[in-house]
Amino acid sequence: MTALAGRPKTGLDANAMIVGGILLLGALWSLFAAASGADANMRLHAWVIGAGFVLGLFGMVGVYSNGGVERDPAQYNETIVKYGVIASMFWAIAGLLVGVIIACQLAWPALLSWDALPQLNFGRLRPVHTSAVIFAFGGNVLIATSFYVVQRTTRARLAGGVWPWFVFWGYQLFIVVAATGYLLGITQSKEYAEPEWYADLWLTIVWVAYLLVFLGTLAKRKEPHIYVANWFYLAFIVTIALLHVVNNLAMPVSFLGSRSYAAFSGVQDALTQWWYGHNAVGFFLTAGFLAIMYYFIPKRAERPVYSYRLSIIHFWALIFIYIWAGPHHLHYTALPEWAQTLGMTFSIMLWMPSWGGMINGLMTLSGAWDKLRTDPVIRMLVVSVAFYGMSTFEGPVMSVRAVNSLSHYTDWTIGHVHSGALGWVGFISFGAIYCLVPWLWKRKGMFSRALIEWHFWIATLGILLYITSMWVSGIMQGLMWRSYDSLGFLEYSFVQTVEAMHPSYIIRALGGLMYLTGALLMAWNVYKTIKGDVADTEDAVNPQSAAIQPAE
Amino acid sequence: MYEMLSSFAQTWGLIGFVALFAGVLVYALWPKNQDKFDDAARVPLEDDARPAAASATEDNHG
Repeated sequence: MTALAGRPKTGLDANAMIVGGILLLGALWSLFAAASGADANMRLHAWVIGAGFVLGLFGMVGVYSNGGVERDPAQYNETIVKYGVIASMFWAIAGLLVGVIIACQLAWPALLSWDALPQLNFGRLRPVHTSAVIFAFGGNVLIATSFYVVQRTTRARLAGGVWPWFVFWGYQLFIVVAATGYLLGITQSKEYAEPEWYADLWLTIVWVAYLLVFLGTLAKRKEPHIYVANWFYLAFIVTIALLHVVNNLAMPVSFLGSRSYAAFSGVQDALTQWWYGHNAVGFFLTAGFLAIMYYFIPKRAERPVYSYRLSIIHFWALIFIYIWAGPHHLHYTALPEWAQTLGMTFSIMLWMPSWGGMINGLMTLSGAWDKLRTDPVIRMLVVSVAFYGMSTFEGPVMSVRAVNSLSHYTDWTIGHVHSGALGWVGFISFGAIYCLVPWLWKRKGMFSRALIEWHFWIATLGILLYITSMWVSGIMQGLMWRSYDSLGFLEYSFVQTVEAMHPSYIIRALGGLMYLTGALLMAWNVYKTIKGDVADTEDAVNPQSAAIQPAE
Repeated sequence: MYEMLSSFAQTWGLIGFVALFAGVLVYALWPKNQDKFDDAARVPLEDDARPAAASATEDNHG
């Protein structure tokens, strides 16, 4: 009804000037760093960074010579969500692929291990995998869905003109800079916070812009009540900003160099790191994806949230408790024992909000349980919440010091993380994308429901292989480490434990490969749907369009 | 400095957080808020293809 040509655009406004200025400064810094960086890695890395800024400047010239970005208040900004969905899909494949590769490297250590190509070493690829799945895939899913949900639940167009685009592309640049840095061997050696100071600074700028876009949209809302999903998104954005800034406080060795020294040292540094690491799990991988649960499960099931009251209590209880639980990562270390006990106690308390949230998500289906049988996307979302319940039960158990003495530093931890990451985060994201693609591209449904079924079952089996093999491997490893013979000597050497774990590692790689296969099926399905090959699909579930009703 | 911060955290910090959380519980469980929450729970289900200002003036489908 609105002609394409007639859509109002921003023109070359002040926002464009600021963004252009930031990109120009970034490009200039990269030029200096490439020409006279303090170390060889910096000089090489600066080319990658500089290319990003120059591409950004070219992009801006292209957009603003056509009148600027769209700003029609009578339309939601769905274009940016489309970009986010495609980026999520791309990074999912990339991150899972690297995951399968490093799982194979653990099973067959000679794989890709060449002196001439240190870039492909396990040590360098491992952070590429973790950052790609958590921050690139998970982060893009969170940014895309938050931009969608905040618009739909406030009934207002995304605020900020060009700024959401700055957030999207700026975040992609951060990912590329981080990943290429790992391959070059640039790291500050903090788990899940490996990027060096210049990448951290860039992410800070992008993240503040993200916060302002989100707050700006909330500020101009037409719906007076701020829906609970937005509370979870906001907690995610604010807390990640706080965690990122504090944990990355560091002094660069040189303004044009890739090295820096952390502001903290010793046990303070360890506690800060795990305050960060634990709450990155709590607010990135939990709060953010709970926001997805609170929007997409009611929307897909066409049922209101089971208990809105419970959702409010769930939110505040999670916020109040999670932030204290980090010390359970440092049991039996130099951290004072009272702090370890504090972390353990708060971890046990986390059972309440976690299971409250799980019940709220699952019970939203009451009266619509038949959809579990008929709609594979609902099944994916519900299994995701079930994995959330399972891994948030397992986590507090592992945080108990006595259990931790067996589980810590073993593969049990890896299995625990992946039941949360593959089961909860992965499945809720896939479910949300399966909902979003037909909604955004105005299709009747996904191209093939059968492919969704295949994706669901292959991925579920893959997760089960992954976590059961890691349980076996981890508990065996822990037991072997602590077994003594009658004379008080350790019964097993380290390499004997490694040998014993070999079969589990192969099963784990197989599980990961199955999960990747599922994601590839999904990518094909998404591609065909976007292309428009949706004839009379069975997956005609599209509550966004009044004309089409789901088949009962 | 450490003594000051830790004694503040262990007294006023604790009281403040407990009071704030008690306030959240009262707000969430207050019987009069039930209607408001019932409406809020339907927010995702009642959205429109366009932002609110536009759909009010142009068309009211959905």
